Amino acid sequence: MLVVGGNDGSDGGMVVVEGMSTWQYHLNLQSPNTSQLRSRTLNPNQNMEKFSIATVFIASISLLLALTRSFSVENPTDRRILVLLDDLALKSSHSIFFTSLQARGFELDFKLSDDPKIALQRYGQHLYDGLILFSPTTERFGGSLDVAAILDFVDSGKDLIVAADASASDLIRNIAAECGVDFDEDPSAVVIDHGSYAVSETEGDHTLIAADDFIYSDVLLGSTKIEAPVLFKGIGHSVNPANSLVLKVLSASQSAYSANPKSKLSSPPSLSGSSISLVSVVQARNNARFVFSGSLDLFSNKFFKSPVQKAGSSNKYAKSGNEQFVTELSKWVFHERGHLKAVNVRHHRVGETDEPAIYRINDDLQYSVEIYEWSGSSWEPYVANDVQVQFYMMSPYVLKTMSTNKKGLFHASFKVPDVYGVFQFKVEYQRLGYTSLSLAKQIPVRPFRHNEYERFIPTAFPYYGASFSTMAAFLIFSFVYLYSK
Amino acid sequence: MAASTDTTAAPSSTLRNASGNILAFFILLLIGVLAFSIRLFSVIKYESVIHEFDPYFNYRVTQFLTKNGVYDFWNWFDDRTWYPLGRVIGGTVYPGLTLTAATMWKALHFLNIPLSVETVCVFTAPVFSAFAAWATYLLTKEVKGVGAGLTAAVLLAMVPSYISRSVAGSYDNEAVAIFALIFTFYLYIKTLNTGSLFYATLNSISYFYMVCSWGGYTFIINLIPMHVLLCIVTSRYSPRLYIAYAPLVVLGTLMAALVPVVGFNAVMTSEHFASFLVFIIIHVVALAYYIKGILSPKMFKVAATLVISVGLVVCCAVVAVLIAVVASSPTKGWSGRSLSLLDPTYASKYIPIIASVSEHQPPTWPSYFMDINVLAFLVPAGIIACFSPLSDASSFVILYIVMSVYFSGVMVRLMLVFAPAACIMSGVALSEAFDAFTRSIKFYAFQTGDTVSASTVSMENNVKEIEKKEESLKKRPSKKNKKKEKENVEKPLKKSQTEKRPLILPVEASVFALFLTVLLAAFYVVHSVWAAAEAYSAPSIVLTSHSRDGLHVFDDFREAYAWLSHNTHVDDKVASWWDYGYQTTAMANRTVIVDNNTWNNTHIATVGTAMSSPEKAAWEIFNSLDVKYVLVVFGGVVGYSSDDINKFLWMVRIGGGVFPHIKEPDYLRDGQYRIDSQATPTMLNSLMYKLSYYRFVETDGGKGYDRVRGTEIGKKYFKLTHFEEVFTTHHWMVRIYKLKPQKNRIRGKTKKSRSKTSSKGPTKTRTITKKNPWH
Repeated sequence: MLVVGGNDGSDGGMVVVEGMSTWQYHLNLQSPNTSQLRSRTLNPNQNMEKFSIATVFIASISLLLALTRSFSVENPTDRRILVLLDDLALKSSHSIFFTSLQARGFELDFKLSDDPKIALQRYGQHLYDGLILFSPTTERFGGSLDVAAILDFVDSGKDLIVAADASASDLIRNIAAECGVDFDEDPSAVVIDHGSYAVSETEGDHTLIAADDFIYSDVLLGSTKIEAPVLFKGIGHSVNPANSLVLKVLSASQSAYSANPKSKLSSPPSLSGSSISLVSVVQARNNARFVFSGSLDLFSNKFFKSPVQKAGSSNKYAKSGNEQFVTELSKWVFHERGHLKAVNVRHHRVGETDEPAIYRINDDLQYSVEIYEWSGSSWEPYVANDVQVQFYMMSPYVLKTMSTNKKGLFHASFKVPDVYGVFQFKVEYQRLGYTSLSLAKQIPVRPFRHNEYERFIPTAFPYYGASFSTMAAFLIFSFVYLYSK
Repeated sequence: MAASTDTTAAPSSTLRNASGNILAFFILLLIGVLAFSIRLFSVIKYESVIHEFDPYFNYRVTQFLTKNGVYDFWNWFDDRTWYPLGRVIGGTVYPGLTLTAATMWKALHFLNIPLSVETVCVFTAPVFSAFAAWATYLLTKEVKGVGAGLTAAVLLAMVPSYISRSVAGSYDNEAVAIFALIFTFYLYIKTLNTGSLFYATLNSISYFYMVCSWGGYTFIINLIPMHVLLCIVTSRYSPRLYIAYAPLVVLGTLMAALVPVVGFNAVMTSEHFASFLVFIIIHVVALAYYIKGILSPKMFKVAATLVISVGLVVCCAVVAVLIAVVASSPTKGWSGRSLSLLDPTYASKYIPIIASVSEHQPPTWPSYFMDINVLAFLVPAGIIACFSPLSDASSFVILYIVMSVYFSGVMVRLMLVFAPAACIMSGVALSEAFDAFTRSIKFYAFQTGDTVSASTVSMENNVKEIEKKEESLKKRPSKKNKKKEKENVEKPLKKSQTEKRPLILPVEASVFALFLTVLLAAFYVVHSVWAAAEAYSAPSIVLTSHSRDGLHVFDDFREAYAWLSHNTHVDDKVASWWDYGYQTTAMANRTVIVDNNTWNNTHIATVGTAMSSPEKAAWEIFNSLDVKYVLVVFGGVVGYSSDDINKFLWMVRIGGGVFPHIKEPDYLRDGQYRIDSQATPTMLNSLMYKLSYYRFVETDGGKGYDRVRGTEIGKKYFKLTHFEEVFTTHHWMVRIYKLKPQKNRIRGKTKKSRSKTSSKGPTKTRTITKKNPWH
């Protein structure tokens, strides 16, 4: 059995060991923090006292897996999310977004961004699975948190939502730049669009944009189409087209540009047109997911509820697309969707069931792998017709699309090429929005054994005949020569 | 000369003859003990350990063979070398040595002697050098009698050239092959002398064993046809010659084709061509002799002109076809190594991979003196002795020495083939000399006559003539500044030559000459023992150096291999220059990209290119080969001169031979290879430079003085971006780096200056943790 990104059996043992320590410190930490937690939770329930010990126990058990790796093999959705705010007022002004997350089962831990007690990890264990940075103006985080700590956090597979604003600090810009998202360098610039702004009472304010240039991806934005445009007010960013990890989810329209609205435009704006990205997502190589938004207001209750009408369009929507957009995106970023796992990689000769340690050239073999997709609560069979397996030695010798039984099992059968060497079964499955699957399994291919060649080749019979007749003739000749008088 | 010893022995009683035989037997036994024990210095001074590079592979193969049996060995596809190509061991290895050792191991276990495979492997070479000494005795006995045989055997038992390849632990093909070579020659001579088909068959089998053991078997299959041709040309053709040769070609070729590594090469490559040509010629000659026997001389003349005129036409046609076929192949049907024998400059021009191996270089003059010592001066005397009288056997030995002198001059490795010939010749020369001196002393002891004085005078003239002849023969070896030895040698030589006709020398001269000869032999013994003890016993995986505060042991190689085997995953791939491939697979049990079996030039060139490329390009090459670790050998700290920086130009050359973007001049400043501040930027940015000198300045407080190159290095402070140091051995001789994984994120293009100020702290801590390989 082979599992993406981890080893199977041996790691299981490790998890238990690490789990014990996590559990212990978790319990210890819990007591001083309870009061804080209670004061913050929306509806502190005194009667839960007894229950909470049990939940702590159960939660810590289930947390172990989430803590030891980015997402547990069995349940990749994040659990505990740290929310860093500039101002506690944001908690209420963006409450729809936060409650929707809590309703989906996330434990949010709100902290001021300069809170000296902020820590992402303790004793080498991460305390959170996700981080939401709603603190665009913060120049320095409190506690031990800095750019490097956040990058460490995401490099260990945790997820991140960053919202910037017109007043975005260097800190936020640096975090974004490290992930491949370049906010406009001009600190006073915001995205202005005289073409597709949102119609509002204050005529002339074209910094409030009604954007509807979404990426076409059901995985990222859900299967229901977002009808209403998304309201956006903030700064734009660009992404390097060569960077394969970052995707523009919401792009500005052709007529947008990035400049300071208060001053006259003296030189052409550095960012303009649809190359401006408003919201981008990044999926790192370790499948950690980040969302970068140039607007904090995008997540606000105000924008969620406000009606929207795009300039030049007669369609008037009672509610903007923000809520749907943000909710779907948050589902993706916290691994409720688009997370694949591959298990049970098997291969064997046709007609056999055991996995051989070595193949011979020209063997017929069968390769199968089970791929499942995480639906948020359970693993569903993944259905696709474009999963390919390679039989690879420096370059793919066989490249075959696998057929599926629609229950998650993908299989292909092919002939081992007439080349010996150390091959690999490779599945490199990278699809937009999905976690990347890359499986590699080494398998040597040997040439024929000495006794696996044909014993007698029909075309060589004249030579056999020649040899034996010569031998016979020589024998007869010797007899005649030696014994005839 | 065999006849002469017989005639002297004939009048004496059979009792004396028998005691002589017993004496000879015990002498041989002692020679065997000598040959074995002189090779044990390495075990006594170091430990019972396999030496150098190739022996590790042979050891690994032997282990496999003893564990899995012959058939699995034959079909062994090794997936742990030459990743990802793998190597078919069974079809690419000369199995003679490993089969021999495995058989010995099996036999010992059958006798309930539980030796480990390693012990058997370590002592295989000394055992076989005893056999080789005995084979030399047999061969020389066939040529010049028992006395010469014993002398040659004792010389061979301790000839430094052979010791260098057969000390205990030097478990290489040559250890067995030299015995097989001499024994095959012995059986050939024996067949030639007796005309016995029995020996001819044995000869073929012995040749088969040689083919199994070493690629040098082509020397046999070319030398014997040459000798046959020589015999035919000098009208020495006889049925004995036919019996000695024809079965060897037929049976030998058939059996050689059975060895997987040779296979169809036995009939298809130019190395074997001479044997078939001579096979045809000998049949034509045999037919001619037969026809001559049944026809009258007159008829024969007519027939001969007819046949020759027709035959010439046919021959021309055949030769034309052959030349056309051979010329159509780019290497003219020769393998690269053989071609570099015919044209010594070939390898350095076209095949850097052959030229890069030090044992494929031409030897220097001192190495002759080092490897065969006084034998170099005795050989000419031996040649002359072989000319009086010239027999089939002695002409073979002469041909052998002439050819092997040439080959040893081309490749230092073939000194090994030359050494037995030199021993045989010197054995003949010494024994002739002893013969003459003792005979004249004996003569004087029995009849103190003064009739000899007249003859001594006449002798003087002869001496002069021979002296001249010798002078010309010995021009080359006598270039040595060892004038004294030369004087010593010449005296006995002159005498041994002049002996032939007058047979008797003045007693004082004989005694004095005898004394000098013994002294000469003593020098040889002293030198050989010194060579065995000091020069050739180092196992090269453990190094020692003497300094004022005692003996220093550098065990870095094994330290590094042990680290690899304990700290890396079993399927991890380790890249290094090919020299260390065999050792890595055998000692660390890790998959390597290239190893000492340099069968795929492109693959080696890929590794060479990676080593000569800048970090990023190198990372990409290594990553495409699934490499996890890169191992470099660096001697700059302790002054170990055969490190990778000194081999680096070969990597550039071999890499550039396949990938033309690597250009040798880019690494040289005005044609000079240097690593100091004058070095080229390409050189300073190459992966090899960086991996070798990373953190080197820390060893000597900021100076960065390389003790091998004797200079301060050019670039002292630099960081690695794509590799990280994971292990460096105690004396910095082996450094192991790990390829960093691909970046998790791709950074944007925003100015670095700002991000740097904020991320300064963490990067610093990272560099600190880097020092701890387990972090």
